[in-house]
Amino acid sequence: MSSIDRKHQGVKAQMMKFVKSKIAILAFVASAVPALAGDIESVGVRNCTWCHGTSGQGFTIAPRLAGQRHQYIETQLLSFSRHTRDNPFSKQYMWGAAANLSSRTARDLAIYFSTLPPKAANDGDGEIAAIGRTLYEDGNPDSNIAACAVCHGPNAEGIRGIPRLGGLSYSYLKRKLKQWNEGYHAAAEPPMPLVASKLSPSDIEALASYLSFVR
Amino acid sequence: MHRRQDHEGHQLTVALQTAILAIVFSAAGRAQDANKADFSKQALQAKIDYCKTCHGTSGQGYHGASPIPRLAGQQAEYFENQLRAFIERRRDNKYMYSVSHVLSPAMRTALAAHFKDLNPKPLGGAPRELVAGGKKIYEEGFSGADVPPCASCHGPEGKGDGAFPRLAGQLQDYILNKLVNWSSERGQDPKNPDTSAIMEPIAHALTKPQIAAVAAYLNYLE
Repeated sequence: MSSIDRKHQGVKAQMMKFVKSKIAILAFVASAVPALAGDIESVGVRNCTWCHGTSGQGFTIAPRLAGQRHQYIETQLLSFSRHTRDNPFSKQYMWGAAANLSSRTARDLAIYFSTLPPKAANDGDGEIAAIGRTLYEDGNPDSNIAACAVCHGPNAEGIRGIPRLGGLSYSYLKRKLKQWNEGYHAAAEPPMPLVASKLSPSDIEALASYLSFVR
Repeated sequence: MHRRQDHEGHQLTVALQTAILAIVFSAAGRAQDANKADFSKQALQAKIDYCKTCHGTSGQGYHGASPIPRLAGQQAEYFENQLRAFIERRRDNKYMYSVSHVLSPAMRTALAAHFKDLNPKPLGGAPRELVAGGKKIYEEGFSGADVPPCASCHGPEGKGDGAFPRLAGQLQDYILNKLVNWSSERGQDPKNPDTSAIMEPIAHALTKPQIAAVAAYLNYLE
């Protein structure tokens, strides 16, 4: 074998090694991805990721779905389909998106997105985040603001049907809290309109900022 | 002259006595009013709503990040005792300390009175299959161990009495948490032991499955 051939053999061997290792990684990753029911893989997920981002991290006004409590996603999909959750963007986008979902599909989609690893939006105002943190963890008994942590958990991770707030975008969180003050109460769990009614605009900005950074 | 002075003196004495009586009675009245004048109706309603933010819109309790207990129908004496225990840190709970240390005694009394009168249906949700066994424990206790029948202090229907709390309709996982963690939460000031000491040997004598069963029975009691 000429020296060039031997060199080619060496390169080929290296390439094969490279390809094999990548195949191994792919196989590992593919086996780790949750098995999807045929229908949501072909239709459902793409219907969501158009707006909510390819890895469900959220995009502009569409909130992050990745890592959200699946029971919460499910109840919200139901709420959209029944037109109970009726703020302007929900009406404009989610009523249509949720209109024809069977409960089985809604549940499968919810479970799928809940398993995606969430990334924090990190888009709040860093200077007021500390104020938000105090509000989140301790509330304010003088102005009758409950500590969000009591329901949403010490790290804003949520539990069962109570949503994870950690890492959601500043603008989304701010919008939700403001909307409860504007009277969009129908879809909200009982304490939320009451809690929001005690929050001043600067409280809301501080809270939304803090939460946008929570991982 | 002498008699006129006497008459005036007599009038002065009467006036003075009347004045003193008036002051004493109005002071007593004011003392009662002070309890009420401590806060406005609006402030009380705002506080009630504040409690209900976590404890449920009718005080029925709520499953938050950890179970938040039912306050509806709670004995007023027990209710006020617990608020004082939180404030004095004899009972350890950072959220309850935060919300209660700003409350005046009069406000605490008013809150206790409000919640005593509420009577929503129990939240329920405990495993039904445990209820029968739990009822037996509630009514009979364990003669061998340090466990008198719960009913003997908490009442045959779990409604409580004075310093003994109502348990009827309480969240199952709340009761479980409290009994299992009794010593790490209650009686935290050894220099000032309180009524929580009564439950300590009982909480320790009960096994976790026994607690879960009693709590399941109580969860559905109305």
